Amino acid sequence: MSDAAMKELPKSDYDDKFGSQEQQETIERITKSEYKWGWTTDIEMETAPKGLNEEIIHFISQKKNEPAFMLEWRLKAFRHWQKMEEPRWPNVQYNNIDYQNAYYYAAPKKQKQLKSLDEVDPKLRETFDKLGISITEQKRLTGVAVDAVMDSVSVATTFKAELAKHGIIFCSFSEAVQNHPELVKKYIGSVVPYTDNFYAALNSAVFSDGSFCYIPKGVRCPMELSTYFRINAANTGQFERTLIVAEEGAYVSYLEGCTAPMRDENQLHAAVVEIVAHKGAEVKYSTVQNWYPGDAEGKGGIYNFVTKRGICLDDNAKISWTQVETGSAVTWKYPSVILKGDNTVGEFYSVALTNNFQQADTGTKMIHLGKNTRSTIISKGISAGKSQNSYRGLVRVGKNAENARNFSQCDSLLIGDRCGAHTFPYLEVHNKSAKIEHEATTSKVGEDQIFYCNQRGISTEDAIGIIVNGYCKEVFKELPMEFAVEAQKLLAISLEGSVG
Amino acid sequence: MLEIKNLEASIEGNKILRGIDLKVNAGEVHAIMGPNGSGKSTLANVLAGREEYEIDGGEVLYNGDDLLDMSPEDRARAGVFMAFQYPVEIPGVTNAHFLKTALNEIREARGEEKLDAVEFLALVKERMKLVELDQKLLNRSVNEGFSGGEKKRNEIFQMAVLEPKLTIMDETDSGLDIDALRIVSNGVNKLKNPNSATLVITHYQRLLNYIVPDFVHVLVNGRIVESGGKELALKLEEHGYDWVKEANNVAA
Repeated sequence: MSDAAMKELPKSDYDDKFGSQEQQETIERITKSEYKWGWTTDIEMETAPKGLNEEIIHFISQKKNEPAFMLEWRLKAFRHWQKMEEPRWPNVQYNNIDYQNAYYYAAPKKQKQLKSLDEVDPKLRETFDKLGISITEQKRLTGVAVDAVMDSVSVATTFKAELAKHGIIFCSFSEAVQNHPELVKKYIGSVVPYTDNFYAALNSAVFSDGSFCYIPKGVRCPMELSTYFRINAANTGQFERTLIVAEEGAYVSYLEGCTAPMRDENQLHAAVVEIVAHKGAEVKYSTVQNWYPGDAEGKGGIYNFVTKRGICLDDNAKISWTQVETGSAVTWKYPSVILKGDNTVGEFYSVALTNNFQQADTGTKMIHLGKNTRSTIISKGISAGKSQNSYRGLVRVGKNAENARNFSQCDSLLIGDRCGAHTFPYLEVHNKSAKIEHEATTSKVGEDQIFYCNQRGISTEDAIGIIVNGYCKEVFKELPMEFAVEAQKLLAISLEGSVG
Repeated sequence: MLEIKNLEASIEGNKILRGIDLKVNAGEVHAIMGPNGSGKSTLANVLAGREEYEIDGGEVLYNGDDLLDMSPEDRARAGVFMAFQYPVEIPGVTNAHFLKTALNEIREARGEEKLDAVEFLALVKERMKLVELDQKLLNRSVNEGFSGGEKKRNEIFQMAVLEPKLTIMDETDSGLDIDALRIVSNGVNKLKNPNSATLVITHYQRLLNYIVPDFVHVLVNGRIVESGGKELALKLEEHGYDWVKEANNVAA
């Protein structure tokens, strides 16, 4: 594609209509399946008073026994946030959020210091069991270290000893602040500064916990690191913060998965993830996101406003984002890579599924600064019900980024006739040697495909599962094996037989 | 096996089938011939259970059961197989995965054990030979990038694996060159057995040189106007469809 053509990439805005009366009824029957993971665990909470002001920030910092630099940083972020406006440019609609009518700190009361998983609150264990991610099973069967985050405070971390042998630090953010303040101080906000955007500023001011991961020079992390997040207390905003640092030549594959219980009121989730990859380091970050999407009438559900960004700081570094997004009422999220070093690589593989009244505005940003930088974007949007699904992606090639290359493929799949798919690709190219390719398609799960499956004895529900999983194949193959299986199940649950 | 009584059907308000009567017994091959627009494909699709078609009257008994009351997947599980005129592409889904899912659904309905990957592979390797299909096609997406001939052979290959009782071949000969026609027909002939029946829907006689029917029916304007043995097909080849229309007072 020529430079001239690049600048006039089509913005396709595609709403499709098709389907017979019967099809429509089947769609409605099947897409109305209930969220299976809606329940509340009754654990005593320690909660900050409602509202947001400097006092609350002092309270949070004090609760967490933070060093002065953290409090200072939080306060700066808060003061900056107060001057900011909530962004309205995403292609989503939701009621105004009353930031003063929310709790900003809630922690399960600790009974005592935990030494092993057996000491974890049994109710908490039950919760994880319901999610099908029994920690012990995971530990035994998969060898995945699990840092289980419930609401805001980490309650169990496994495989620490094994990781410590390699000098790998994998712990809750709070622990990192206590035990490795110099690393936190050096890297926090270095990729996503608190000035970055409204939600990042809010997160920086009030974040309660999250994960911290540090891979020393030359170390290849021997296992996949995994964190399960879960919102539990009513009306508690969840402000996670994740920081991953891979030193020169290090490698890590990091998994993040989420589900949240049913709520009537909308809940805000504004997380920040920062990744730093030094020379020759590689970080693979995979997410399966399944926050509560709201009920079939569009009531309730999580607002998921997340800032995820990685920087390939030095030559030959590589950062790869893979996400499967099936949850949340509203999603606003653009995992990005800054390709600063020469020969660095950024990848983004995404499946975003919306059903009922869900809205998603998601995509990526690839910022090419170094020479011979390469990026790949594969985005698969799936819309069902009355949902709206937008891809928004930016590819920027800086003045000095000689021979930058990007390949983008943005596909949309429609199920039913009341949903919408939208594509907003942005290109900013300031170097003539750049080679950029963009492909976009919109298709629908056709009645012909479903009938063909039916005629071979496959039910409509299963047919949709097969067709959709086939469509997502390019992304699923980027996921670690056990995650890929989970992702396929999630798609099946989320779609339970929507028909086209 | 199959008994169609006074079947009437329409699509989007247009009457297509105007009273079809047909009886097919196990072990028989019936050919349905007719000019374009006579309702051949409609008949095939109504039997397979395509929803766009409205049933306006009549009934269809399949081994004594009300076929029209069954969902398309239940018909398939009960042994009704349609070889599609235009086989559908399903990107990203391998032929093997698709067929294994289908086979195990059907086996389950028959009360048989599901096949595991090894057993399945052994079965498909053997059946692929029937239609001279390359094994590489197993790992390609369903019908995606297949040539016209490969698509049709893939249909017959699926039939060979699923072992239906009643096969409806919807213009399987369309778009096939003579070699592919021979391969497809050989496959069908080898699969012929006393417990299954085949309904061959075609516009042209040439397919019937290879798959020799026991009965030939001529469909004109939604009705069967002539029935006979295989010689009827030859007569049509020689004289075209006009004489049947005239003989039956149907406007051309």
